[in-house]
Amino acid sequence: MRYLPNSPRDREEMLRTLGHSSIEELFAQIPEQIRFPGRLDLPGPLSEQEVLESFKQAAGQSTREYASLLGAGAYLHFRPAAVDSLLSRGEFFTAYTPYQAELAQGTLQAMFEFQTLIAQLTGMEVSNASLYDGSTATTEAVLMSLRLTRRNRVVVAKTLHPEYREVMATYLRQMGTEIADVSYGASGQLDIAALESALSKETAVVVVQSPNFLGTIERFGVIAELVHRSGALLVVTVNEPLSLAVVNPPADADIICGEAQSFGVPVAFGGPYVGFLATREKFVRQMPGRLVGQTVDTEGRRGFVLTLATREQHIRREKATSNICTNQSLCALAATIYLCLLGKHGLKALAEHNLTMAHYAADQLAAVPGTSIPFASPYFNEFVVKAPGRADALLSELRQESILGGVNLERFYPELKDHLLVCVTETVNKVTLDRMVEVYRDFSAQRQVKAAAPSGASQAVGQEKA
Amino acid sequence: MKEHPRHARPHITRDENLIFERSSPGKCGVDLPAPEVPAASAAELLGEDLSRQEIPGFPEVSELEVIRHFTRLSTWNYGVDTGLYPLGSCTMKYNPRINEVVAGLEGLATDHPYAPAELTQGCLKVLYDTTRCMAEITGMDAVSLQPSAGAQGELSGILMIHACMADRGNPRKYVLIPDSAHGTNPASVTTSGYQVKNLKSDAHGCVDLGELELAMTEDVAGLMLTIPNTLGIFEVHIREICELVHRKGGLVYMDGANMNALVGVARPADFGADVMHLNVHKTFSTPHGGGGPGAGPVAVRKVLEPYLPSPMVVKSPDGTYSLDYDRPKSIGRVRAFYGNFGVVVRTLAFIAANGGEGLRQSTQDAVLNANYVMRKLQDLYELPYNEPCMHECVLSDHRQAARGVHTMDIAKRLIDYGFHPYTTAFPLIVPGAVMIEPTESASKEELDEFIEAMRAVAEEVEENPEFVLKAPYTTRVSRLDEATAARKPILRWKE
Ligand SMILES: Cc1ncc(COP(=O)(O)O)c(C=O)c1O
Repeated sequence: MRYLPNSPRDREEMLRTLGHSSIEELFAQIPEQIRFPGRLDLPGPLSEQEVLESFKQAAGQSTREYASLLGAGAYLHFRPAAVDSLLSRGEFFTAYTPYQAELAQGTLQAMFEFQTLIAQLTGMEVSNASLYDGSTATTEAVLMSLRLTRRNRVVVAKTLHPEYREVMATYLRQMGTEIADVSYGASGQLDIAALESALSKETAVVVVQSPNFLGTIERFGVIAELVHRSGALLVVTVNEPLSLAVVNPPADADIICGEAQSFGVPVAFGGPYVGFLATREKFVRQMPGRLVGQTVDTEGRRGFVLTLATREQHIRREKATSNICTNQSLCALAATIYLCLLGKHGLKALAEHNLTMAHYAADQLAAVPGTSIPFASPYFNEFVVKAPGRADALLSELRQESILGGVNLERFYPELKDHLLVCVTETVNKVTLDRMVEVYRDFSAQRQVKAAAPSGASQAVGQEKA
Repeated sequence: MKEHPRHARPHITRDENLIFERSSPGKCGVDLPAPEVPAASAAELLGEDLSRQEIPGFPEVSELEVIRHFTRLSTWNYGVDTGLYPLGSCTMKYNPRINEVVAGLEGLATDHPYAPAELTQGCLKVLYDTTRCMAEITGMDAVSLQPSAGAQGELSGILMIHACMADRGNPRKYVLIPDSAHGTNPASVTTSGYQVKNLKSDAHGCVDLGELELAMTEDVAGLMLTIPNTLGIFEVHIREICELVHRKGGLVYMDGANMNALVGVARPADFGADVMHLNVHKTFSTPHGGGGPGAGPVAVRKVLEPYLPSPMVVKSPDGTYSLDYDRPKSIGRVRAFYGNFGVVVRTLAFIAANGGEGLRQSTQDAVLNANYVMRKLQDLYELPYNEPCMHECVLSDHRQAARGVHTMDIAKRLIDYGFHPYTTAFPLIVPGAVMIEPTESASKEELDEFIEAMRAVAEEVEENPEFVLKAPYTTRVSRLDEATAARKPILRWKE
C-alpha cells in the first residue's frame, strides 16, 4: 500500500522489540468470538490512476454542461484561482485544530481575520471561527437565545430556508420548545401583523432570513422594534452573504448568522460549507463554537490563541454552549482568502453585477405573456417567477437547452404552485439569460396556441386542475 | 540540556501583519468581467434606505499580496505534511493528494444539491457507495452521511435512541457515559435533551460491570461508549456490557472516533453496538483542515434504521440513485442538504485506494506503532494503565510533575525537537495525560526519532526543569498569554 511507510522488515523488527511473533498477538485483547474473520467486501485496492478514472466517471454523470439558475442556499460563484492554490498548502489543510498555538499561528491568524471580516460584513461586534453550515448556525443562534433569555418559545419566519427550519425542529423537538411560524405577506416580506400576534412574553427569539427564501430583502426597522418590545432577541440569517456588500445589515439584530459558502467555497452537492455566527460583545460568553483571540507571547510579540474555551465541550462537557468540536476551518479559510482578494471594491462590484443581471433577467421574464414576478419587494440575486404554465414542464424545456431553470417552490410551499425560485449570479451570462427568456416565450406561446384551439382549451384547464 | 536539538532548525519566515494592516485604498485582487447590460447601482435598484455604501475596514490588497500573506501564514503552521503529528484521539494520518484532486473534479465539486436526481447520478452514486462501505466496515445495516462531524453524528445517534425508546413507550431520562469519554459525548447528550450520568471506570480503565449493573436503571436510555476507549484500551467485556444494557431495555451508542484500531479486525455490530458514528477525518484520512471540515456518518442496526436522518440515498433495481424523503419515523434533518459531500468523496477515494486489505494493514500498522512507542517510553514516563494498547497509548507526566514539569511543558519542548505535541488535556481520568497516537503513517525511523526526543526531554526535566518550562525556543512566537486573552478578549481587528 503506497501510503504506508513501514517496510516488512520494520514491522518485523518492531514486533520483535515488543516480544511478539505475529501481529495477531497485538489484537489478543479483542475476544476471539468478536474478531472479524473474513475480508471486508470493499472496492479496491486501486492504483492512483484507477482512483482518478473511477471518479472521473462519476463526475461525468453530472450537470457540468449545464448553466445553472439554482440558488436556494447554495450559490454558484466564480472562484479565483488563488483560493485553491493557497488552500492546497499542506501546512493549512493537513493541520489539526490549533490547540498548540505556537505551531498554528498561520491558522489562528487567518481565523482571526475571518472573524474580523464576518464582523465587518455583518456590522456586528464579534464573530466566531465557523460552525457547520447555515442551518446549524441558525439553530445554534436559537439555542444561544434560549440560554440568554431563559424563555422557551421560538418564532420563525416561514421564509427561513425550509431545510434550516427542519434542522431547528430536529434540535428542539426533545427540549419541549415550541416553534411558531410567521408567514410572508403579499410583498414576499414577513407579515408584520402575523409577527405581532405570534409574539408573547414567552418568546425567546425571532428568526428572520434576509434575503429570505423567496429572495426578498426584509426591512428590519419595525420587526426589530416589535421583537425587542416583547423582550425577545432578533436572529437574522443570511445565506447569500454577498448581498451584504450592497444591502445594509440589520443594525438592530442581536445575532446575525448564516452561510458563507458564497465566498470561495464550491457548491459541491451541498457541502462542506461554512456557517458563521456574529453577535454583540455582551453575548460572547454564550456563543457556540471556537473563538480566536489576540494576545502576546513572553517577549511581548503579538500572537493568537483559541480563547474563552470555558464555553466549549472539551472543558465544560455537558454544560458546554454547544457540542461542536470539529468545525469548518478550511472553508472559513477559503472565505477569508476570497474576501481578501475581492476586498472592499471587488465585493461591491460583484454584488452590483449580480444585482444588475438578476434584475435584467426578472424584467425580461416579466414581459413574457403569462409570466409574472409576484413579489414586488426589493431582491438581490434571487427572485420568484410565476411560470406561464406548469413549472415542471417549463423546467424540462429549459433542461433541453442545458439550463437548470430554478427550484420549483411547490416542493417547499404548496401554495406556490408553478412558482420558480431563480438565482442569477455572475456565472450566468446574458446569452444564457436571453435563451432562458426565449424558452419561457416559446413555452408560453405553445400554451396560448393550445388554449386557442377549442379542444386544447379544455385540456389546458384540465392541466391546471391536475 | 541539548543546545542544538537534532531535528529542529528554525527557518526564515517573514513577519506578516494582519491583512487589514496591509490594506491601502484603491487596490483590489480581482478584475471583474465587463457588464453585459447597463449596470445599475444598488441605490437605484434597492432604494437609498436599504442600500449599503461600503463595508468599513474591509481590506484592499492586490492578488500578489494575498498570495504572499497566506503563504507566509502557512509557514507558521505545522501539518501532517511537515512531520509526525502524534495527537492522541485525532488520528492525524497522511492525506493522499489524489483525494484532493478527485474532490475538485468539475461535476463533483460543482453539482448543485437541488439539481434533478436524473442529472446528478454521479454524486448520488458516490454517496450511496460510501454508505455501503461504511456498513461493511462497521457491520451495521444502514448509514446516513448527513452529520457534519463526529459530534453531530453523536447527536443524531442519541436522537435516534430517543425516538426509538419513545416508540417503545418511554424515552427515559439518562444516558450513561464513562468518565474517560471525550467532551463531545456529554455535550451531545445534553443537546439531545437527555441528562448525563457518569460512569466510573475500573482499575483497568474499562467499564466496571458492577457499576454498570447498578447504574443501568429503568430511567436510563442507554450507554455511550468509546471503543477502544480513550486510553487506547479495548473493552474486553464489550459483549457482556452490550448484553447488559440490552437486557435492561437500553441501547448502546458507540463513539467510533477510534475506529482506526478496528477497521478490518472487528466490527462494532458484531459485538453489540446499536448505533455509532465514524470520524472520516480521522479513520479515513480526510484532511483536518486546521479544525475542519470533517464528516461524521452515523451507522445503525435494523432497530434504528427507521429513525435515520432524512433524506436517505437509495438505489433502485434499475441501478439509478435517488433521495428518499418518505421517512415518517426519521428524526428529521440535522443539517441542510446531504452532508459534507466533498469530504465524502475523499473518504471513498481513500477506501477504494486501500481496499479491504490495505485498510486492515493500516489498522495493524497503527496498533503496532502505538505499542512500540508505549514500550519504548514506559521506563521514563508513567504508564498508569499497563495494558497492551491499540491505536494509541496514554502515559502521564507523574514523574516529571514531581520536578514541576507538566505534560504541556513536555509537549512544548517536543516542538523544539521538530515534532507536533501529543494530546495533553485528555482523557480526564489520567492527570497529566501524555496521549500518543502515531497512526499507520509514522515510519519506524520517524518513531525512533520521536522516542529519542521524548527521552531527551525526560532527561532535560531531570537536569534542568526550568529550561523545559520556557519551551518552545524555536517557534515564531514563544508561549502565549492565554489568561489575558480570555480575561480581556480581543476577537477582531479594529481600525
Ligand atoms: C473520542 C472522540 N469522540 C468524539 C470526537 C468528536 O468528533 P468531531 O470533532 O468530529 O466532532 C472526537 C474528536 O475530537 C474524539 O476524539
